[in-house]
Amino acid sequence: MDSFVTNLQVVPLNHYILLSVIVFCIGVIGVLIRRNAIVVFMSIELMLNAVNLLLTAFSVHHGDASGQVFVFFVMALAAAEVAVGLAIIVMIYRNTHSTDIDILNKLKW
Amino acid sequence: MSAFLGAFILIINMSIFYLVAFLSIVFSLLVIFSKNPVHSVLYLIITFFTFTVHYILLNAQFLAIVNFIVYMGAIMVLFLFVIMLLNLNRDTEPMHSLVIKIIGIIAGGCLALTLIGALKATLSYKVPVVVTKSDLGLVKNLGKVLFNEFLLPFELSSVLLLSAMVGAILLAKKESNAIN
Repeated sequence: MDSFVTNLQVVPLNHYILLSVIVFCIGVIGVLIRRNAIVVFMSIELMLNAVNLLLTAFSVHHGDASGQVFVFFVMALAAAEVAVGLAIIVMIYRNTHSTDIDILNKLKW
Repeated sequence: MSAFLGAFILIINMSIFYLVAFLSIVFSLLVIFSKNPVHSVLYLIITFFTFTVHYILLNAQFLAIVNFIVYMGAIMVLFLFVIMLLNLNRDTEPMHSLVIKIIGIIAGGCLALTLIGALKATLSYKVPVVVTKSDLGLVKNLGKVLFNEFLLPFELSSVLLLSAMVGAILLAKKESNAIN
């Protein structure tokens, strides 16, 4: 059983980096091209998840548990961020009757 | 016989990684390109599920369970509730103009290109990810690290979650005595 677990993973580390980079950049593109604030939030979640996967892969690679503890903190932070952010979106919707982020240009010079 | 079995498991596992990685990319593309926000949320759930499979492949069992419960449970319910509350279940969402979309895709592609180029410059990471410590991602080991080295950040994150909860309730509450 022990040797089974030891030999479980043989994927090169740079393939994990590549996957994380691609998913992160998809999140960046989502933030740039969408106008719906909720979809922008989902893109931010995608970016956070890409970082989480990379931290876990490096943590397993180095045999150090600190990386996985950091993933735990990132998840707690993401939960707080989503709760506050969605409350802000609800408040914006109550004032402007839309979740379009292009309406919120009052601070633009 | 056992060596043959080991090689077989190895090949199966590698192909699982590449299949799941492909699915992650496809569904995260669908998240940002689908017109309906409800469809985006549903594709996001599938993306998070593929990430859970990645954690299981890395033998990070605690993170797999937490990802499953927190992301696929709590956060997705929040998103779906807000979309339901705001009645955004329609396809007539205002979209950016095509020029801004193309510029955004080019900008994201440039970022990807830069990061991949930086990765190509470091040739030392061709080594495979081998699970050297089989109990690394288990609750027992992670709990020991969390409550010894990271006790203060852990307590601070509990304060953060409490203040986020209070802030969310304050923000989303209807103002009964609104300012005229």
